[in-house]
Amino acid sequence: MEQLLEILNQLHPDVDFTSVDDLYEEGVLDSLDMVRLVTEISQTFDVTVPPEELVPENFQNVKTILAMIERLDEE
Amino acid sequence: MLFTTGSFVLFASLTLLLYFTVPSRLQWWVLLGASLVFYALSGAEYLVFILYTATLTYVISRLLQKKADAEDSYVDAHREEMDKAQRKAYRADGKKKRFRLLVLGLILGLGMLAVLKYTAFVLGVASDIAVSFGGEGLAIPSLLLPLGISFYTFQSMGYLIDVYRKKARAETHYGKLLLFVSFFPQLLQGPISRFDSLHEQLITPHRFDGSSFRAGFLRVMWGYFKKLLMADTAMIGIKLLIESPEQYRGIYVFLLILLYSAQIYGDFTGGIDITIGLSEMMGIKLTENFNRPFSSKSTKEYWNRWHITMGAWFTDYVFYPLSVCRPMQRFSSFSVKRMGRAIGLRLPVYLATVVTWFLTGLWHGAGWNFIVWGLLNCLVILVSRELEPLYRVFHKRFPRLGSSGVWGAWCAVRTFLLMGLIRSLDCYRDVPTTFSQWASMVTVPNIGELFSGGLISFGLSFFDYGVILASAVTVFFVSRAGKDVPLRHRIADKPVLWCALVALLFSVVLIFGAYGIGYDASQFIYSQF
Repeated sequence: MEQLLEILNQLHPDVDFTSVDDLYEEGVLDSLDMVRLVTEISQTFDVTVPPEELVPENFQNVKTILAMIERLDEE
Repeated sequence: MLFTTGSFVLFASLTLLLYFTVPSRLQWWVLLGASLVFYALSGAEYLVFILYTATLTYVISRLLQKKADAEDSYVDAHREEMDKAQRKAYRADGKKKRFRLLVLGLILGLGMLAVLKYTAFVLGVASDIAVSFGGEGLAIPSLLLPLGISFYTFQSMGYLIDVYRKKARAETHYGKLLLFVSFFPQLLQGPISRFDSLHEQLITPHRFDGSSFRAGFLRVMWGYFKKLLMADTAMIGIKLLIESPEQYRGIYVFLLILLYSAQIYGDFTGGIDITIGLSEMMGIKLTENFNRPFSSKSTKEYWNRWHITMGAWFTDYVFYPLSVCRPMQRFSSFSVKRMGRAIGLRLPVYLATVVTWFLTGLWHGAGWNFIVWGLLNCLVILVSRELEPLYRVFHKRFPRLGSSGVWGAWCAVRTFLLMGLIRSLDCYRDVPTTFSQWASMVTVPNIGELFSGGLISFGLSFFDYGVILASAVTVFFVSRAGKDVPLRHRIADKPVLWCALVALLFSVVLIFGAYGIGYDASQFIYSQF
């Protein structure tokens, strides 16, 4: 969780990621952010995020991003 | 067959009549038959190409599904014997095999589009290079470009990728897949639908629903209003402004930008209104392609509101795969090590963005103007992104100004003009001419000419200006009023008001629309893409 928050805070230092419900709907993350995020996630957590996982549902908030990382690690 | 012809109105009416009178299990057959007839009437020779795309898509999707099912069954059957690493390896191997099949499908599908659409352009460039080196020019063949090929090819290839990604199950009935590829209202200019949102609706029986029918009909009428009043009236003037660029410079370029914005908005959103409205009359809900694009306050926002289905297609099927593919990830690691995080993390994303916009430009047409159009859009988006910290400073420094309506209006006008300026590359179709015309807006001070007959010197009368302006103002207020709930849904359940509005729209289109003798019944711009 902390590692992920650190990545997110580097991306948007002015956003409190623990309180946002839907990062995509609220316009915090766009497609370019998502890609940067995925690149950092891949490097930090050693998981491969395939393009089909780049859907708004997986990037709603910190919890959903973490859930995606855990699921990809399991698969 | 153009939406604006009497034969289309007759064709659509007969299809609707048949659709609601045949037994419900046969409804999708009516749609399939109508779609094939519609396409054949647009050019019988085009049928071969759409059948090729549908058949290819059918075969490859079935093979992909077969492999995916076999993979799942094997893992299920051997779950106990396999550990996590073995399962992962097996899945990865299976995915690799399916990927090869997908690539074959994409090459054969997109390859046909590429050959038909880009051969002349590529040979033209090669010929120019040969001539500039003292060689002989090449013979450029004139190939047939089937109507709507860019739309149905992209829709089909999107479906193939969805089956590969296991987001969709392959359709087993050839006819049903053919209907998904060829559904006639959206065949010529989209929207580019996704399988999961359209396919089921097409094959599911729909009972006649008065409210949906009336709402759809109103939207169809609204589409004709936009197309015949706003777009086709503006087109009269645009033609001459484009044909004689050396004569119409300076302020006329600005006028062209405004007129072309009105034309393309009326033409494309009007055409999509007819498409979505006609589908809605049959109970089929298509994905919206526009969301008040001219109210966008930035280029990024504009592209989230204009031609939404195409933008989403490029994002999901080009930008994302390109950005997160292994070579790009390796490039990312490499660039982070060499150039630090700030630049290293940006480079791969920006590279993928440039490639995506280059292809978006090419999708619109085989010409340098389209490529430059795409790259300029990309440049504006990336520069705006890099300037975001500056905007934040500005908004912190002037919080009241930044959140005021005036600032919002300024941002919308700025975006509208910038997008209009870049879009004019589509008008002149020649990059040096376009750039020279842009420069003339600064270097040729001829604003006074407008007030000494210039305004009516290129085919438009003051009456025409009145029609364009009145229709643009009407469109603005109607779209604003329907921001949350579309007006047609509120009106559909009020039969008297509905009848009055239909009569009003019909009369206005009949009296003020640009059609008949002396007018060139304009094709829809996007059907040529």
